[in-house]
Amino acid sequence: MNATVTSVHSASEAKKRIAVGYGFWIFLLSDIVMFSCFFASYAVLVNATAGGQEGRQLFDLDRVAIETACLLGSSFTCGLAFIASGKRSAISFHVSMAATLALGAAFLILEGAEFSSMLQRNAGPTHSAFLSAFFSLVGCHGIHVSIGLLWLMTMMAQVYAKGFRDDILRRILCFTLFWHALDIIWVALFTVVYLIGVAP
Amino acid sequence: MNESSSTQYAAQVAPGDAPGGQGETSVLGYVIGLVLASGLTAVSFYITRSTIFWPPSIPTALVVLAIAQMGVHLVFFLHITSGRDSTNNVLALAFGILIVFLIIAGSLWIMANLNHNMLPMDQIMKMQR
Repeated sequence: MNATVTSVHSASEAKKRIAVGYGFWIFLLSDIVMFSCFFASYAVLVNATAGGQEGRQLFDLDRVAIETACLLGSSFTCGLAFIASGKRSAISFHVSMAATLALGAAFLILEGAEFSSMLQRNAGPTHSAFLSAFFSLVGCHGIHVSIGLLWLMTMMAQVYAKGFRDDILRRILCFTLFWHALDIIWVALFTVVYLIGVAP
Repeated sequence: MNESSSTQYAAQVAPGDAPGGQGETSVLGYVIGLVLASGLTAVSFYITRSTIFWPPSIPTALVVLAIAQMGVHLVFFLHITSGRDSTNNVLALAFGILIVFLIIAGSLWIMANLNHNMLPMDQIMKMQR
């Protein structure tokens, strides 16, 4: 009897998890479609520098490499946190999420430093169509990362306060998907904006 | 009844979950993904900075490397696989890729065409006098 109840419960929970995960996957794909519009406008406007500075003079590849390492590492630690949540291990979950938080925050600090150095060099978003497209594309990704960090801290607090309930686990699944999707967008971003912008 | 319904649900898996379900995710997959992604990133940065490659080939190589790295992320981090239990996720992804392709290729094509058909700037200036 008891076994039957558990299996019915776990079957309905599995169904719910699939539905929630699939719905969030659709949202992420639509978010990627939105990013593709920013990418398209950037690609169209990349040469419209209005006599101002080009990407070649503005971008610092060392900083971009560190940003990439931070985001890739945070994707990995986010995966570790996901595994920990599957094993209901609170300590390794919190440690992995804290590492993800630290790496994500480091990424945002580096990006903020880049934006402020560009503003100081008279290359703000109002200077040319190229810079408007650059700031909206990279800034949009940065806003997503900021929202992701808020969500990350919420998930740590919820696991701390409520434990690994089924609904919390579904939220952790969605957060993991969101964070990995941001890393995929960053791959497109550092390639299209920074590497191709600086390439000879 | 229970048997059949749980088999039916087991036939699908949420994106992010490993094939076989939530508990089956292993650290090894993430380690492989991290190593592959780091390697591809390192190659991208290396070919941008080195001077030994034919310059016109570099953007194409970078795009290929980026697409490969996105594939690595999809398979090893998001667990989107070609397995039967992931069909819905793959179909949604394929549709997303189609739309992304249409938006980017379509915008570039149309804008390049408009740019090509536009009068040179000095002639526009002359016409405005």
